Amino acid sequence: MKWDEFFVTGDPLIYGADVSIGLTVIGILFYLTYFKKWQWLWREWLTTVDHKKLGIMYIASAVLMLFRGGVDALLMRVQLATPDSKFLDAQHYNEIFTTHGTIMIIFMAMPFLIGLINVVIPLQIGARDVAFPYLNAVSFWTFFIGAMLFNISFVIGGSPSAGWTSYMPLAGNELSPGPGQNYYLLGLQIAGIGTLLTGINFLVTILKMRAPGMTLFKMPMFTWSALITMIIIVFAFPILTVALALMTFDRLFGAHFFTLQGAGMDMLWANLFWLWGHPEVYIVVLPAFGMFSEIISTFSRKVLFGYKAMVWAMVIIAGYSFLVWVHHFFTMGQGELVNSVFSITTMIIGIPTGIKIFNWLFTMYKGKISFTTPMLWSLGFIVNFVIGGVTGVMLAMAAADYQYHNTYFLVAHFHYVLIAGTVFSCFAGLIFWYPKMFGYKLNEAIGKWVFWVFNIGFNVCFIPQFILGLDGMPRRVYTYSAASGWGGLNMLSTVGGFLMGIAFLILAYNFYYSFRYSERENTGDSWGLGRTLEWATTSAVPPHYNFAVTPTVTAMDPLIQMKRDKQDVKPKIEDIKKIHMPDNSGVPFFMASFFFVAGFGLVFEWYWMGIVGLIGVFITLIIRSFDKNEGYYVSEEEIKETERLTV
Amino acid sequence: MANPQDSLSREHGGIPWKHVIGYILSIVLTALALWVTFETGFSTRTILIIIFIFAFLQAALQLLMFMHMTESSEKNNTLTGKTQTGNILFAAFIAIVIVAGSVWVMGAGHAKHDHHKMEMDHDMKMDGDMKMDHGDHK
Repeated sequence: MKWDEFFVTGDPLIYGADVSIGLTVIGILFYLTYFKKWQWLWREWLTTVDHKKLGIMYIASAVLMLFRGGVDALLMRVQLATPDSKFLDAQHYNEIFTTHGTIMIIFMAMPFLIGLINVVIPLQIGARDVAFPYLNAVSFWTFFIGAMLFNISFVIGGSPSAGWTSYMPLAGNELSPGPGQNYYLLGLQIAGIGTLLTGINFLVTILKMRAPGMTLFKMPMFTWSALITMIIIVFAFPILTVALALMTFDRLFGAHFFTLQGAGMDMLWANLFWLWGHPEVYIVVLPAFGMFSEIISTFSRKVLFGYKAMVWAMVIIAGYSFLVWVHHFFTMGQGELVNSVFSITTMIIGIPTGIKIFNWLFTMYKGKISFTTPMLWSLGFIVNFVIGGVTGVMLAMAAADYQYHNTYFLVAHFHYVLIAGTVFSCFAGLIFWYPKMFGYKLNEAIGKWVFWVFNIGFNVCFIPQFILGLDGMPRRVYTYSAASGWGGLNMLSTVGGFLMGIAFLILAYNFYYSFRYSERENTGDSWGLGRTLEWATTSAVPPHYNFAVTPTVTAMDPLIQMKRDKQDVKPKIEDIKKIHMPDNSGVPFFMASFFFVAGFGLVFEWYWMGIVGLIGVFITLIIRSFDKNEGYYVSEEEIKETERLTV
Repeated sequence: MANPQDSLSREHGGIPWKHVIGYILSIVLTALALWVTFETGFSTRTILIIIFIFAFLQAALQLLMFMHMTESSEKNNTLTGKTQTGNILFAAFIAIVIVAGSVWVMGAGHAKHDHHKMEMDHDMKMDGDMKMDHGDHK
């Protein structure tokens, strides 16, 4: 392989990206060296097993990926703004919509939600950390390395270009030669390990590590939604793992699972992909529902309406989300009986979600509502998400879907579900729990600008796409003729897209502004309205052991109960006992680095490199297996000092 | 973390024979499946039946050896017991949905008359085909 095949060449946009990546890396290396931060980085972040820090790293990576995926989206919108545009060529456009979709779902939405779950859930159930803190670090690093492996594809070797669904035979060796599609397979496979481990970890954490007195039906709604999400992850992700492995065999080792030759079944890929893909939709939307439930209840100063209905709605979704997958390919030709059955199951799954919409409305009914930014995002969610839901029921009718499918109507629909559901919830949750992570709030005035600019931009971007879809504009085309008459609405949509981009920049400015100027919090209950245990810590940012004394739960919304009982969250000095905590470890970081070596080798089919990487992974597994480290104890004196308790 | 002393340290003593035996038997079953496929002269149908039997045996083996199938009765803990039972039932439900659902969807309507599918049916009938593909391994 020659160097000009190894690096992507010939496009000024790519050269620009090369330069900016180079400058960023040099800048970071300079900063770390000049301010002597290497040790700090290693000790505090790269080796940490603390759920709060891992959560923050997840969220930071997700925001970075939101930027990357957002730039992809804006490049697409520039290309489509005018008919017969020459801004991007067909291949480049295909690569960009593929990476946009993959990054936004796998490397933005999921890690953002998993990050918030990491920060909040152990606090919310009164635990000191997750059940398996070391495994949690492995989860993060495999996700991060998978994301990085996928992301370098656009400067080294070339990006995948077969869509985020990677349908066969398009994604096969004949039609997608070169390393691009391999990046997709290996990047997702490595990141998938992390997701599956997170599923197991939080499932056990929520089932086994709740504070005494917190029965299943006293759990906060976000914890419930996380529990259900983890169940779906544990059962859905193995399907993706197997499907990716089979396609990797097809591409690298000449197998014929999904190929046209050798009796392969190309459509089986679509079938397996959506058997994972539909539950995945619920994986990224259920935690969002949980967060909105917490925020709406908190800022309405009311108990969540219909708690049990909410829980059962989610339990039903956990099983039912596996029964609707065929609606993603009604037009594949599986006949009217199959289509009718999946049409009906799809319409039925709208019911539990409908129940929840009414629950949120009734929670607000007669509540004393504070219009803080997290609450604004929640209100925006309800309105916009209903548009996504209603158009979803339209698409659920198999016969009508023959008209809608593969048009911008579908594109607009799923953006209304995923942006209004997942992205709004990520912003709402991030702002809501920001003081829990950093000890100060994001500026509310700037936050309201972010909300309004984003919300207006979002609607200006996607409402025209519903109309374009009904006018017959197909998705995944890199250009269209002026005679089609789609030019005006596309230009409008692009304007909306850029408004969302501007909102992101204002949000980034808010991170900086609030870091400089926000008032520092000095109580654990930053909003003053907290209902659940994460607000019952003694300081704004909890110490690494979270609670000096494990709280006892007597009622739902335990902090509200404590406020009623005039009970102080400060622990009594005689209750302080030494606390057992896990040690930091650098092994997960190295394990993931070896995964990167293995993945990179397999992408280019350099098998010696793949084997070296995998041997490295096994060595780290062996090191961990013979590690007798049982953690350490935080002494009573240290706890008293941290909690500022004096006799 | 919750109970650092009891559960963790108790299981860490000595060689975990159960896991070692389970691991070796899993590898043996996988190797046998490969051998039957590549090295025997059975018809495709017979090979499929044999490797399916190996697959089910291995699944059962892993559930018993690695997956703590019998744990609920040991510990006599109602939540653990219920979780285990619910887990197994749910897993069985999902497995049936994935396998039976895929067979149904891929075999229904005009997906059934799909060109590649016909090729496969054809191969299945002339059951010497698969052996011919791998003739060079003999």
